[in-house]
Amino acid sequence: MEEIRLMKGNEVIAEAAVRCGCDGYFGYPITPQSEILETLTMMRPWETTGMVVVQAESEVAAINMAYGGASCGKRVMVSSSSPGISLMCEGLSYLAGAELPCLVVNVSRGGPGLGTIQPSQADYFQAVKGGGHGDYHLIVLAPGSVQEMYDFVSWGFDLAFRYRNPVMILSDGVIGQMMEKVVLSAPKPRWSDEQIAEMWGSWAVTGKPASRTRNIVTSVELDPLRQERFNHKLTDKYRTICEREARCEMVGCDDADYVIVAYGSSARISQKVVELAAEDGLKVGLLRPITLYPFPEREIERLSHRVKGFLSVEMSMGQMIEDVKLASRCRVPVYHFGRTGGVIHTPTEVYEALKSNFLQK
Amino acid sequence: MKEEIIIAGFGGQGVLSMGKILAYSGVMQGQEVSWMPSYGPEMRGGTANVTVILSDERISSPIVQDYDTAIVLNQQSMDKFESRVKPGGVLIYDPNGIVRLPERKDIRIYEISATEEAARSGNIRVFNTMILGGYLKVCPVVSFENACLGLKKSLPERMASLIPANTAALQRGMEIIRQIS
Repeated sequence: MEEIRLMKGNEVIAEAAVRCGCDGYFGYPITPQSEILETLTMMRPWETTGMVVVQAESEVAAINMAYGGASCGKRVMVSSSSPGISLMCEGLSYLAGAELPCLVVNVSRGGPGLGTIQPSQADYFQAVKGGGHGDYHLIVLAPGSVQEMYDFVSWGFDLAFRYRNPVMILSDGVIGQMMEKVVLSAPKPRWSDEQIAEMWGSWAVTGKPASRTRNIVTSVELDPLRQERFNHKLTDKYRTICEREARCEMVGCDDADYVIVAYGSSARISQKVVELAAEDGLKVGLLRPITLYPFPEREIERLSHRVKGFLSVEMSMGQMIEDVKLASRCRVPVYHFGRTGGVIHTPTEVYEALKSNFLQK
Repeated sequence: MKEEIIIAGFGGQGVLSMGKILAYSGVMQGQEVSWMPSYGPEMRGGTANVTVILSDERISSPIVQDYDTAIVLNQQSMDKFESRVKPGGVLIYDPNGIVRLPERKDIRIYEISATEEAARSGNIRVFNTMILGGYLKVCPVVSFENACLGLKKSLPERMASLIPANTAALQRGMEIIRQIS
């Protein structure tokens, strides 16, 4: 049974988690994502689906509670905003090192440091290049609407279990706080213990039957050669993810002279820029990465043979621009525009930046 | 049809809920909608505002530079948003607390004494729906029936008893709004 509601991005994360059969949520309040924990607390899913909701004593505790749940093959989720995600980064590295599935939601805000509580996209490097230590990657999804906030929860869990890897939904205060129409899907039940043992019994801690050796979930290795071998295995996995899972949306790119690359709320703002440019007879397209890791390199590489330039629009001092330059092999000029620190750029500002970079130089 | 509206005033005046009722009314009317609030320190006692967009088509940017309609409920919001109404657009204000009247000649300006009227009716809390009624009189972007449905949808069930007073306020707002220029 589908249902249309008007909801905030943060609220639908909670609704989606319950409806897709999430087993546990662990979090600690921080603006602009506190509605996730608040909504879950109001929904009281522990009385219906049996899902556990815990306000942990800190972000560090929350991510380690998730580690515990994930070790048992449970679908677990944490959420926070930028400074809180920084606290979770040690745990994210451990999850990646132990090859554990987990869904992490970052509704990011202005930084660095405690920064501001307004929207920002300055956590791109942290999300796609590391954050924690070691040779690892998160799979990073960038929703561009409230509906995608909803849809990506279920998609994120699927990817997390398919690749046994933590998945991050990288959103920001705009998408988290805004309300849009959302179509809610019919609720799915949580997995039973028997289902978990059957599907994930090869690695999860589900109780050792006599028929197999024990499963050990750990990220520690004392032998460097074995660690190196494991890192090669992880990298093979990331290669497969890059080959199969990169997603992007392209608007008006077929005959575009200039292409804006933007994700999340910046993509929404840039879509308006494409409309404004069309009114002036300019051929401007939009490439919206839906996955940030893996990055939609192939599409950008292909466009780089034909377009006159790229503009990377992000609410940061310029982070994703590095991946646009790499993917386009710097064949054409790549510029950056973005307000930062919690300031949201308007379509007019982005359009002016596009014109001053490409048309007045 | 596409209508981009800013509603701005003090935190606590019901600015965000007015926007939510309007957005839900749009949903009831079968429109695409977005509701983008200011949040954070400003809503804890300072100014609060919300951008609502109603459209027949998919909405690209929820953030806009200029507005078809500005509803301003204090002087700070008047100072900030009068200049950001599109030429030919609409500015609606409640004279309570306004010390400098709007000066633009290229927009339609309306006044609605909702604070005074709501106080007279003995229920100041319906002030925001009265303003909304006034707005819908000037810009009938959604029908009165759908506005009533939007009102019902945006209130939690435990507050259902407030619906009749708010419906009456919507109606009253339509009656008392008057054009200044």
